[in-house]
Amino acid sequence: MKIVVCVKQVPDTAAKVVVEDGQVTWGDAPLVINPWDEYAVETALLQEEAHGGEVTAISVGGEDAKEALKHALAMGCSNAILVSDPSLKNADSLVTSQVLAAAIQKLGDVDVVFFGKQAIDGDVGVTAAQTARILGWPSLTLVSAISELDPGTRTISVERSVEEGRQVVSGELPAVVSVVKDIGEPRYPSFMGIRKASRAEIPLWNLAELEVEVSGPVVEWPELSNPPKQEVVTEIISGASSQEIAETLAEKIIEEKVL
Amino acid sequence: MDFALTDEHRMVQHMVKEFAQKEVTPIIKEYDRKQEMAPFVLPRMAELGILGISIPVRYGGQGMDYIALGLACEELEAVDTTLRVVMSVHFGLNSLALLQWGTEAQKEKFLVPQARGEKIACFGLTESGAGSDVAAITSTAVRSGNKYLVNGEKMWISLATKADHALIVARTNPNEPDPHDGLTAFIVEMDREGVTSGDIHGKLGIRAGSTGWIAFQDVEIPLENRLGEEGEGFKIAMSCLDNGRYTVAAGATGLIRASLESSLNYAQERRAFGREIGKFQLVQQKIAHMVKSYESAKLLYLRAGWMKNQGKRNTRETSLAKWFATDASFEAASEALQIHGAYGYSDEYDVERYLRNAKGAIIYEGTSEIHQLMQAGYALEYREDAPLRCELPAYDVESWQIET
Repeated sequence: MKIVVCVKQVPDTAAKVVVEDGQVTWGDAPLVINPWDEYAVETALLQEEAHGGEVTAISVGGEDAKEALKHALAMGCSNAILVSDPSLKNADSLVTSQVLAAAIQKLGDVDVVFFGKQAIDGDVGVTAAQTARILGWPSLTLVSAISELDPGTRTISVERSVEEGRQVVSGELPAVVSVVKDIGEPRYPSFMGIRKASRAEIPLWNLAELEVEVSGPVVEWPELSNPPKQEVVTEIISGASSQEIAETLAEKIIEEKVL
Repeated sequence: MDFALTDEHRMVQHMVKEFAQKEVTPIIKEYDRKQEMAPFVLPRMAELGILGISIPVRYGGQGMDYIALGLACEELEAVDTTLRVVMSVHFGLNSLALLQWGTEAQKEKFLVPQARGEKIACFGLTESGAGSDVAAITSTAVRSGNKYLVNGEKMWISLATKADHALIVARTNPNEPDPHDGLTAFIVEMDREGVTSGDIHGKLGIRAGSTGWIAFQDVEIPLENRLGEEGEGFKIAMSCLDNGRYTVAAGATGLIRASLESSLNYAQERRAFGREIGKFQLVQQKIAHMVKSYESAKLLYLRAGWMKNQGKRNTRETSLAKWFATDASFEAASEALQIHGAYGYSDEYDVERYLRNAKGAIIYEGTSEIHQLMQAGYALEYREDAPLRCELPAYDVESWQIET
């Protein structure tokens, strides 16, 4: 099987993200692989282990995105490709999807593409679906379990985690799948993987090589602002027994129309 | 001069941090209270390859350099000292000594399974009457033909009850005019007849670790288990300490960082007199000291690690790094507790554990007093390091990372 996993380099979750002059900044906080993408890499590796083949990690971004790719290699991916082009500086999810779709097509004969459900920086969460649409492949988003993936019959059956509960969906390969946390805890990079990743020369593809013309971004973020500060009043409820405390709390919750 | 870490270093740092934070942070308080080592710690560290981090791949290790070892120790001790103690003992004091002094046969037999984490190793130098005064060791090893008969007892031995192999030092010649020259090092399998061990409880800190004693009663050790030559035991033990102390220095740096990070969080969250307490200058002074200690300790251990990579003798630099970082970690933990006030005094927060854990490292692997004597000795030129028959191998990425 030829498996692709798309990863993104994002600020660490521990970074202090602030708004300055209408722009988001995280100072010099370290950048890491998008935590959701680690689940995608794990899923891709499990499928490779089950069906054979190889996993290629692809990222669209600047030089620093190589770190996310190296992380994916250290976890066990066979190959990594960085798509980088100066014209992609203000890429939105649509532009990114066009580029990813072109890279996936250039790779050729890809059976399945995995994404994390969203990236923790923009939190847009539509890149997987947009990429599927451009490729013309089925889009299976918010997947919490892969019940069956059969490269022979070219079918895939998954469970989706939706607000109403679990939804079972089947589709044909090739397909694009975005995964949620329930899919399974990602493995740590192994030392063998680290040795391989640190020696890896990651190929760099630009738009000319992909022979793709991308549209301009349709989403712009001209100015960002912090949400207004909310006045919070704290109150400690006391009472003679836990019963009494719970009753008072229940009354307050009803009074405040929280429920 | 290049202060940048490599991709490899950063990936190791990240991996070890993830392990320690995800798997050990949630349970450490419970095991610290129980005074027990969490049973999964050693198997997990073995499975992840951490127990063989800076051993060449051909000897079952992971082929990382000595800087990676230091970074791993920093991340481990930033979560709990007991994790780093495992590295100091199994890896620094024992496995690196086998890499440095072992014959090829000894490396194959003992180092390979240790680097793979299949066998756990400890180090037995200290006795109830011989700590800083190593020459006072009374354990004996009497040679008869191709074997030695070992008798004696070792105290304050980390992993005493968990280890499969112990590297011990015993007296082979009681008649040497200089008692240092009468000592010899041996590798002892802990399942040999006559070896018994037990845990010591009631320690101030490192309570989720394993510390104990090992007794030898007429234990037969074959000649091929002798590490180095007869009479070389003191030199071997001191070289072990050059490696063990390096891991202690790096770990203590992690403890300073943990104290600093807890203090930063608390100082920005706790309010007094209408302001967050970080706004008060005396709190700021404590934080400034922690920052100074962390950055200095880090530079000192990285320099020692760099020297090891280069194959340069680093007894002096490692001693300085260990002395500075351990003293500074105790101060940092104490000041962190002070910033946390009464909450810091309870085990609701981690800082009281940091303080209890920090004290041990000021005593083991050379007390701070010993390190001060060493530093003064070097500065006054009373002391110099003679070359060793076997030096710790320099790091060479090509030969260390050849996949077998």
